[in-house]
Amino acid sequence: MCLAVPGRVVAIEERDGTRMAQVDFGGVVKDVCLAYLPEIETGDYAIVHVGFALQRLDEESARSTLELFEQLGVLEEEFGDAWGRAAAEAGVAAAPEEDR
Amino acid sequence: MKYIDEFNDPALARRLLDDIHATATRPWAMMEVCGGQTHSIIRHGIDQLLPEGIELIHGPGCPVCVTPLEMIDKALEIASRPGVIFCSFGDMLRVPGTDRDLFQVKSTGGDVRVVYSPLDALRIAQQNPDRQVVFFGIGFETTAPANAMTVHQARRRGIGNFSLLVSHVRVPPAIEAIMQSPDCRVQAFLAAGHVCSVMGTAEYPELAARHRVPIVVTGFEPLDILEGIRRTVRQLECGEHRVENAYPRAVQDGGNRAALRMLEEVFTVTDRAWRGIGTIPASGWRLSDAYRDHDAEHRFDVGGLTTRESSLCRSGEVLQGLIKPHQCEAFGTTCTPRTPLGATMVSSEGACAAYFLYRRLDATAPRPEEATPVG
Repeated sequence: MCLAVPGRVVAIEERDGTRMAQVDFGGVVKDVCLAYLPEIETGDYAIVHVGFALQRLDEESARSTLELFEQLGVLEEEFGDAWGRAAAEAGVAAAPEEDR
Repeated sequence: MKYIDEFNDPALARRLLDDIHATATRPWAMMEVCGGQTHSIIRHGIDQLLPEGIELIHGPGCPVCVTPLEMIDKALEIASRPGVIFCSFGDMLRVPGTDRDLFQVKSTGGDVRVVYSPLDALRIAQQNPDRQVVFFGIGFETTAPANAMTVHQARRRGIGNFSLLVSHVRVPPAIEAIMQSPDCRVQAFLAAGHVCSVMGTAEYPELAARHRVPIVVTGFEPLDILEGIRRTVRQLECGEHRVENAYPRAVQDGGNRAALRMLEEVFTVTDRAWRGIGTIPASGWRLSDAYRDHDAEHRFDVGGLTTRESSLCRSGEVLQGLIKPHQCEAFGTTCTPRTPLGATMVSSEGACAAYFLYRRLDATAPRPEEATPVG
């Protein structure tokens, strides 16, 4: 969770008085707060951490970092099934999704 | 340089490595602060491509690993209470407390939920006004701004049933503590790039000057790390001790000013215990008095817990760079990702987990693609 992950801003809207974006992280799309990077626009790439955009990034860097983070398992950790992973580590059967 | 072909840009990697080999005339020991850098180094075998005598020491830069046992136990206690929805990042689920973890609390009836962002926890609070929603706010300077903004929004939007269990840590005081240790072998630092994306580099020149230690801000990709090492070795060989930014595409010297302003408003610097290391002065943040209403430690009475660390776990020495993970007697035997004794084996950014995952049992261990999968 410590690493920030680059993603591409695909849409921006105002919500509860805060500028929010939909950001695409190599196929996974998440809500991201733009309060710390207000100047960013649709189509830009940014380093995002736990739902907050922190710095703008160029596309090439963003793509190569995403590729590395996928290899390192960072994307699975950030966006994957944490309960299933924890259950596997604990050596028990994972509960069905609706029970979690 | 047998395996260099797997780098994104093998030709550039080779040039960087050639320069490092040509520059280094003596042994040097440098610490990569960030656990993400550690994983990248071990996965790509970067430490094995360096000249003999250039040693990478793995630092304490994994927030899951350094969250103190007492705070884990407080989280477990709060999460077990009726009427509480306890929200956390997924990588905290299996971190061992004194006698259980969050995963076990959930299996025995606690309402523990994994969220991607603290804002998700705030939304859960808004949707459940009759419940107390607590978010486990751990992390370094990269994470703290998100939690600060979430508490700020809770206050602004009048969401009174939301609170934060805060255990934030700061990197520069940890560097100070490492340099002050009588056993310290670190001669230079590869600073954590994403921490600097928020904080900038302003805190480092004084540290570099006082301890005569080069500090090079470094990213996570193999080429970033090689470039950080190259610049560090150059400084060490010339007897220099400057701050350099080798990750300018993501780090501006002034950091993220909006995030820094929010940190200053919501948090106050405090002494903080680091798991396995002990208390480091001024090394953490707590909620400032103005936000005390949203402090879970204040809202829930969780003082006086008795904590008990595993006597076998040497993760504190790993976190301080005093031993490598495989030098711990429990590594890979009584301590595995399935039966972790310490957080360094649980966290995906922990050094023990990296060594276990990539079967780095000693310096001559096979590379990942040659190794038998484990786990």
